[in-house]
Amino acid sequence: MGRKLLFEHITKPGIQGLEGYRANGGYRSVEKALKTMSPEAVVEEVKKSGLRGRGGAGFPTGMKWSFLAKPPGVPRHIVCNADESEPGTFKDRYLMERIPHLLVEGMITSGFALGAESGYIYIRGEYFYVHRILERAIAEAYAAGWLGKNILGSGFDFDLHMHIGAGAYICGEETALLESLEGKRGNPRIKPPFPAVKGLYDRPTVVNNVETIAAVVPIVNDGGEEYAKIGVGKSTGTKLISAGGNIKRPGVYEIELGITCDEFLNSDEYCGGIEGRALKAVVPGGSSVPIIPGELFLKTAAGETRLMTYESLSDGGFATGSMLGSGGFYAYNDAQCIVRSTWNHARFYHHESCGQCSPCREGTGWMEKLLHRIENGHGHMEDIDLLWDIQRRIEGNTICPLGDAAAWPVASAIRHFRDEFEYHVKYPTKVKDPDHFAKEPFKRELKASYA
Amino acid sequence: MAKVTIDNIEIEVPDGTTILQAARMIGERNKADRHVVPPTMCYYSKLKTSGGYCRTCIVKVTKGSEKDPRPMPKPVASCRTNVMDGMVVENTINADLIESRKSVTEFLLINHPLDCPICDQAGECHLQDLSYENGKEASRYQFERRTFDPIDIGETIKLHMTRCILCYRCVKVAEQITDGRVHGVINRGDVSEISTYIQEAIDNDFSGNVIDVCPVGALTDKTFRFASRVWFTQPLDAHRDCPKCSGKTVLWMKGEEVLRVTGRKDQWGEVEEFICNTCRFETKDKAAWTIEGPRKIDRHSVISQGHYERKLQQKLLDKAAPDAPSIEPFNIADR
Amino acid sequence: MGATIKAVTTREGTKPFAFSEAALAECRSIIARYPAERSKSALIPILHIAQSENDGWLSVNAMDAVAQVLGLKHIEVYEVASFYSMFNLHPVGTYHLEVCQTSPCMIRGSEKIVGHLSKKLGIQPGETTKDGMFTLKTVECLGSCGSAPMLQCGAKYYEDLTPEKVDAMLDAMRAENKRQTYTDR
Repeated sequence: MGRKLLFEHITKPGIQGLEGYRANGGYRSVEKALKTMSPEAVVEEVKKSGLRGRGGAGFPTGMKWSFLAKPPGVPRHIVCNADESEPGTFKDRYLMERIPHLLVEGMITSGFALGAESGYIYIRGEYFYVHRILERAIAEAYAAGWLGKNILGSGFDFDLHMHIGAGAYICGEETALLESLEGKRGNPRIKPPFPAVKGLYDRPTVVNNVETIAAVVPIVNDGGEEYAKIGVGKSTGTKLISAGGNIKRPGVYEIELGITCDEFLNSDEYCGGIEGRALKAVVPGGSSVPIIPGELFLKTAAGETRLMTYESLSDGGFATGSMLGSGGFYAYNDAQCIVRSTWNHARFYHHESCGQCSPCREGTGWMEKLLHRIENGHGHMEDIDLLWDIQRRIEGNTICPLGDAAAWPVASAIRHFRDEFEYHVKYPTKVKDPDHFAKEPFKRELKASYA
Repeated sequence: MAKVTIDNIEIEVPDGTTILQAARMIGERNKADRHVVPPTMCYYSKLKTSGGYCRTCIVKVTKGSEKDPRPMPKPVASCRTNVMDGMVVENTINADLIESRKSVTEFLLINHPLDCPICDQAGECHLQDLSYENGKEASRYQFERRTFDPIDIGETIKLHMTRCILCYRCVKVAEQITDGRVHGVINRGDVSEISTYIQEAIDNDFSGNVIDVCPVGALTDKTFRFASRVWFTQPLDAHRDCPKCSGKTVLWMKGEEVLRVTGRKDQWGEVEEFICNTCRFETKDKAAWTIEGPRKIDRHSVISQGHYERKLQQKLLDKAAPDAPSIEPFNIADR
Repeated sequence: MGATIKAVTTREGTKPFAFSEAALAECRSIIARYPAERSKSALIPILHIAQSENDGWLSVNAMDAVAQVLGLKHIEVYEVASFYSMFNLHPVGTYHLEVCQTSPCMIRGSEKIVGHLSKKLGIQPGETTKDGMFTLKTVECLGSCGSAPMLQCGAKYYEDLTPEKVDAMLDAMRAENKRQTYTDR
């Protein structure tokens, strides 16, 4: 059994309420930080922990915090990104639903470290019922004096509010989130300036993912060094992985970074292996990261055992690797059609493009139409090259990373499964049935391009 | 001050200058260097927070600054990126960047109707210019294009949303120079549109400026609709005493008839001063204007192909207009 | 795809809208979360309240009322309401069934659930049954990939769906016949 830092008490009775949470050691980090530490010391512990942003980008949290501008007289904010919308990712919902006070506690401790006047938790609109749970938790925390004026007599004032979204993947991008929080369309801002300088209401702002903020709690409780003992290299601590797709045991697992991919996929502690059939492909970190064939998930191109870490999963670059991303893991069995799934991904990004900048607004729709045509047996061989060319022309040319996120799944699918695309062109009648590979799994006719 | 190098040309500019502005300064300093100025479809120096959307002005920063010489990983929008001291920028000398600009041009065109033959903007359309310089000879897009119903937004303005490239300029005009914006961008993604959402006229003294800032034929002047191709008209600088605006305009003439009134555009295609609707739509009598002389139009423009300047000046002389300028010899290098 | 998009809508034919007292009180408490000069921040939460009070959709009248509460221009509200996929700009059925169709759900059979619902209700995604009871909609990832396939109706998630579970759900809804909204507690 791996160590659990966030989920240690998640199954304890009454953990959803303040009393049960407190009985299991809740709010210790607030006590410790406010009574015995300076804000700088808390930031220092977070730096020492090696914690990296858990929302997908993996940027070192301590460093992000240290970028926060502190002009005198200007209020600062901390905003929690609970917009969790990356397909395959549902860990934050699970955490907020089961142990809401962990997030509230993390917000207070982080808010103290940053000298923030107030915090907002921006939660996606679809999670309205979780929003209610958090509202209750915040009300309980106010009533017990964990929030508001002069918390624990320390002189630290901190207000925490919920903010509900209304259905837009793009609001998970931090500047789009801030726009949305200001009551506007979720159009990402042009950077620089970064939120650390000009964020919410043009004030210095830190935006962190739910899991990142929750991880601050054990880091402050046990010390950054203790946290950094878990993991491998620059991948320290534990990570929540949302596991879905054709596996035996879907769910949210807290893993120690550094366990092998094989253990994660096949052991009964986690996914329990592929359901019924053979493993075909894996998306290890949410739909935006490259899809890779099963064998490349388990072993790197050099034949080394792949680990669940930021570095190991991206070993080989985009040619043979992928990314840990947000930890939205889903596996495909051999009944699945990669072309159909890629079309599905493309449709998602087309639907979620904000429409602000031209490459993403126009390119995502074009890719979807081409993929729809190929999947339904109306494609041409040139369409595959055209698709490759379009994704290449979107990537890097957009305001925000949604353009890249739309391009990578298409690029990786063609890179690793080009023969399957060609099959769709060659045998249009066979792919008319949406379940085409369920009856007769696809056999590779060509050598995969990485071989 | 910051020293910046764009396509190997050095210039010193005040801090806070954007890369695009620096490039324009290079172009203004020496006409021969104008090619380093990136094209713009959404940026408009007179409109705050404009730019960044269309991505046509992207450039490659190969050296961030003297202090931090690291290159920027991706192309950046030159209109929204400030220069740093020691920055090195590549535009036309970077083949990858040119390819990226071609990509952006292709994306802007895949859903554009290409109805130039029946579009009033033809001849002064920035998208035409952009595709002439960066476009492909044929489209690779084989699907039905996105279309919208053309609508009237007010008595005098026609909106052809189908042609729109979502530059947001008209929204910023409404926000920044009129009182009471009633139109904006609604919906999301590739079905976003400029709209009032409900049937409501855009009605205020400066609304006509949305036509001048529109880089394409999405917003056109209903009073000029189908009246003439612009290259058959003859532009005259003119002014009048106007209580609402500067009254400095261009009259687009056909014979003695004023077909259209617009603001005066500078060498970057931006109006020098915004004008009011009374000047634009309601003052179509030539007698109401003091004529200054022919408007200079860039010699690369199709409008110049009719040699209107000489013709106009001749006509002015013929009419013995007392203050008509004297004809100078036609000198191509001047223009 | 390809259809010409109608550019404008009208107020005609929609009923007048006014917030209830309870809703106004909630609006005020939401506005208080933001700095005084930043009340526009409350726009999205208040649009949710308006939608719930207007049979699950945002008519022009409802949006204009929101603009009035927050002192915004009408267009500012239309711009925002039309951006977010949870705001319905057209009437919806008593039960608005939003089935997740994104990859992780798809590989666990969401297409079959959509097909089953479509057949049972006699409507295609995007349509409402003649009796106004059900609207079927396919939506993108709802963050419930571990319990796929799934759908959302109002504030509630229906997870690990099978055709049998869908049938039971529909029967229960028909029997209950009570409008579901996102803001239900």
